[in-house]
Amino acid sequence: MFVRGLKRKCFDGEEDIEGTLAGIKAIPSYNLQRQSLLDMSLVKLQLCHMLVEPNLCRSVLIANTVRQIQEEMTQDGTWQMINTQSTGQASLDRLVSTDILCRSSREQAEGKHVPGYSTFNKDFEGDQAQDSSETMSTASSVQASRNLQSNVWEMENPQENKGNFQKSLDQIFETLENKSPNSVEDLFSEVDNSYYDLDTMLTGMMSNTKMGHCDGLETFSSPTTTTSNSNCKSDLNELDHIVEILVES
Amino acid sequence: SLAGFGSLMQDVLWCFSQVKGTIDVGVTEADIISTVEFNHTGELLATGDKGGRVVIFQREQESKNQPHRRGEYNVYSTFQSHEPEFDYLKSLEIEEKINKIRWLPQQNAAYFLLSTNDKTVKLWKVSERDKRPEGYNLKDEDGRLRDPSMITMLRVPVLRPMDLMVEATPRRVFANAHTYHINSISVNSDYETYMSADDLRINLWNFEITNQSFNIVDIKPANMEELTEVITAAEFHPHHCNTFVYSSSKGTIRLCDMRTSALCDRHAKFFEEPEDPSNRSFFSEIISSISDVKFSHSGRYIMTRDYLTVKVWDLNMENRPIETYQVHDYLRSKLCSLYENDCIFDKFECVWNGSDSVIMTGSYNNFFRMFDRNTKRDVTLEASRENSKPRAILKPRKVCVGGKRRKDEISVDSLDFSKKILHTAWHPSENIIAVAATNNLYIFQDKVN
Repeated sequence: MFVRGLKRKCFDGEEDIEGTLAGIKAIPSYNLQRQSLLDMSLVKLQLCHMLVEPNLCRSVLIANTVRQIQEEMTQDGTWQMINTQSTGQASLDRLVSTDILCRSSREQAEGKHVPGYSTFNKDFEGDQAQDSSETMSTASSVQASRNLQSNVWEMENPQENKGNFQKSLDQIFETLENKSPNSVEDLFSEVDNSYYDLDTMLTGMMSNTKMGHCDGLETFSSPTTTTSNSNCKSDLNELDHIVEILVES
Repeated sequence: SLAGFGSLMQDVLWCFSQVKGTIDVGVTEADIISTVEFNHTGELLATGDKGGRVVIFQREQESKNQPHRRGEYNVYSTFQSHEPEFDYLKSLEIEEKINKIRWLPQQNAAYFLLSTNDKTVKLWKVSERDKRPEGYNLKDEDGRLRDPSMITMLRVPVLRPMDLMVEATPRRVFANAHTYHINSISVNSDYETYMSADDLRINLWNFEITNQSFNIVDIKPANMEELTEVITAAEFHPHHCNTFVYSSSKGTIRLCDMRTSALCDRHAKFFEEPEDPSNRSFFSEIISSISDVKFSHSGRYIMTRDYLTVKVWDLNMENRPIETYQVHDYLRSKLCSLYENDCIFDKFECVWNGSDSVIMTGSYNNFFRMFDRNTKRDVTLEASRENSKPRAILKPRKVCVGGKRRKDEISVDSLDFSKKILHTAWHPSENIIAVAATNNLYIFQDKVN
């Protein structure tokens, strides 16, 4: 459901029109961008798995970034709030620029406000124009769309979600420790049964030129991810997927 | 010559000298250069690549007939240092890519270097053979054994000249000491020991002993879930054989003294610049991660490279660097994109010139930067085939940030992020630099007046 073949602009810098409702160039709220960064980071951790041992430094830095986001989201209460967003929203089928996140807090204080949740809703409504806030990877759009649909699951278990997040992050490092296959399967048996729709994600990833060492994606047959509820996509529970994929080959 | 060597930036004009490697549009992955290093005299220049090969260039003798050619570097030896391996226990490949090469100082006619991939360090001996013995008694000229009973007289074999042959032989293999990926090796000033550093540990080796190493730093937490910081680079002090430094992914440098304890988990000095809270973003930690650390030749300073800057630290001042140079600050507003395409994790190296007056590091679009510490001038140059006429003077390049782009400038959005200069080297005493641009090695020299 993401759009291909679009010429995307690297949305950095000048043309900020924060909070415009006109839909000309609406910039997603800070929260949305932060969420997008979180999703991107989770995907990166997932793709850390390959034939060669993953780069530990990179994994640690990404994981630290994820923790930072989680902490901030916990502090300002968006951790649960974001999960209770209306599920009836139109899916976000374009990319979310994380431009605001690139700016220092000083710059942010100058021009931008941290929007409340009403703005969050508004952004979704206003963002009909294709060209707004685009970044270079198509994967983020898939992520964003899943976020909305994942709300159902998360609404039910917000607390568990947090716990699972931390647990899954830990599992990444345990797996990086290269446990023997048997014990990792035990790990795997604890995993919740809501998974990414790998096919959709993989299709998105394939169009990303900077694949480098992640060429082994096509080997992901994901035999164990079958679930009756294939539409049940979860946001942070995908970390369980990370474990599975880390183990996979 | 050293006279005028500490030249001011404005007096040094860099010229193209040579380029090694193919011009093919498609680059074979194995040909990508992964490390470059001059030996201690500058006579030899070694490169390692992703395919596990080492190529050594030797500077030819200067000829009075062509003084302006100032000694070109030609291939001296090529050998396969490391092969790909498969770790059956973990079901993972071990890449043959050469991460680092370090030369030992020359002590006899042969040359010795250390080369390492992610897991194994090897000591290679490179020696010349220009004579061969002839006139054996027990075998004939083809090497076939003679029947001893047929020999009626004895002769003394003599050495006769032959065409020069350079052979590389592995003298030591230091294996099975690293669980994580080796990022650095460093030869100690005692020339008897060296260290190898991976993401979480640093080991000390004796050159003569391959089945044992001493662990001198271990930052692995008891619980891997608590891991938040890794070792990114390490180096011995150039003169004090008990002192070394290592850098981390959190932008810190620790200086350790091996005399204090066997396991140097407690640092003697801790270098960290306080964070500017107004500059904080989600990417702050990532861009503070140090990708390279180098002692100055004098041993008084260390230089560190993080994603956007190069910093010089005085060993006597731990709370902040004495100098900070912006390599490509225009990327600061692009960090989100660079995170997305993984460029933010690129590990750039940095080098000192022989007199510690100028420092150099690479950037994108095949640009590399030099900073003169005395004049505070800096220059951006480019390694490209277009500037590759013999002795052509390199024109300074400029990246334009704002709207109006001048004629020779390049805009940030036009930069090619696949062309990255990660590895450079500076001749120990002359103004000769080697710059690795993907699969090509460029050699530049300063203009001879």
